Amino acid sequence: MATPVKVYGPAMSTAVSRVLACLLEKNVDFQLVPVNLSKGEQKKPDFRKIQPFSQVPAFEDEGICLFESRAICRYICEKYTDKGNKGLYGTNPVARASIDQWLEAEGQSFNPPSSVLVFQLAFAPRMKIKQDQVVIKQNEEKLSKVLGIYEKRLGETRFLAGDEFSLADLSHLPNTQYLVTTSGRGELFTSRKNVGRWWNEISSRDSWKKVVDMQNKGA
Amino acid sequence: MAPIRVHGTPFSTAVGRVLATLYEKELEFELVAVDMKAGEHKKEPFLSINPFGQVPGFEDGDLKLFESRAITKYLAQEYADKGTQFKCGDSKTAAIIGVWMEVEAHQFDPAAAKLTWELAIKPRYGLNTDTAIVEEHEAKLAKVLDVYEIRLAQSKYLGCDCFTLADLHHLPNIQYLLGTQAKKLFDSRPHVSAWVDAITARPAWSKVLALQKQ
Repeated sequence: MATPVKVYGPAMSTAVSRVLACLLEKNVDFQLVPVNLSKGEQKKPDFRKIQPFSQVPAFEDEGICLFESRAICRYICEKYTDKGNKGLYGTNPVARASIDQWLEAEGQSFNPPSSVLVFQLAFAPRMKIKQDQVVIKQNEEKLSKVLGIYEKRLGETRFLAGDEFSLADLSHLPNTQYLVTTSGRGELFTSRKNVGRWWNEISSRDSWKKVVDMQNKGA
Repeated sequence: MAPIRVHGTPFSTAVGRVLATLYEKELEFELVAVDMKAGEHKKEPFLSINPFGQVPGFEDGDLKLFESRAITKYLAQEYADKGTQFKCGDSKTAAIIGVWMEVEAHQFDPAAAKLTWELAIKPRYGLNTDTAIVEEHEAKLAKVLDVYEIRLAQSKYLGCDCFTLADLHHLPNIQYLLGTQAKKLFDSRPHVSAWVDAITARPAWSKVLALQKQ
């Protein structure tokens, strides 16, 4: 049996959970290696050898060290094409182009405002950092605009890239989970008919339920 | 009519990324102007190509795409045997190239794009540069470039020893920043500086700049 791949970082990190979701969709065995962020372990020289920006996740598979969650996800899909969900990154070039397009939309348009809101609404209170209401309002407006576009798209297709669940949808799971369950601003998603339907579908997947379970257990 | 059409202006950094790739791959294409002053990109029919109302929009026959980094990936894949190969080695190296493409998108671009806007674009429109934003983002970009300096001491280009999309994606913002006070951030780091010289000297990039002069 192959050595399990290693993922470095806590499951509660949005970027780490993105990778975990992908590994579970693809049925790829992994070992989660803890990194103590509150103690600044990610800033130490040993960790920076595998992640020079001092962020989680880092990832290792058969001697290859990778970082950046979306690059790790693409790698997992390309290396383990025949495992688990075979269509996760598309089974033909046109499908893949559409998935890449919506993955970039997630990374460039959805992630910036939603990450700020996740930090301000879900993490700042836990870390006893004062929330910035101006920043919250600005980013709610930005996120609203993006979700307006998603609402229209998800009235045309079942998932973002087409009619199959893909890496593009998966990439949205981590931030949306916090915003819908912890932030008190879940109506941004649930008040929109198509976005709400899409969120229910993607968050009900077994792979994501397992990730949430890991998060709740403090993995 | 060429099957490949790019909708947008060659002055846009995102459009520049796609144009550079088309020239590197030696592909025929048509550049379709979008009147951004008149808000053409926020209306139909543009929105049916990019619902986010941003340039570039892209067509290859019936295929429509948006997001420059998805378009360049598509071109590299679909036209793999044409022009510049954008790889050097096996799937292990491909994975590492993928990492540095994400680094450009999520570490470099947020700081660089803000500086491009404040230092290069705003002055052209007679708008005032926000010096606090410049200071904040120069500091952020400096930290990113410190990592690049270490990486480029180990590897000729970011992903591997050949020029790939991981390098190309930086060109539009770097070109703008070289014309501003932010140039010092690149010049002061020898490996970064040599890399900047190499990638900006590519003939395909000069063709993109020539489009800006038309």
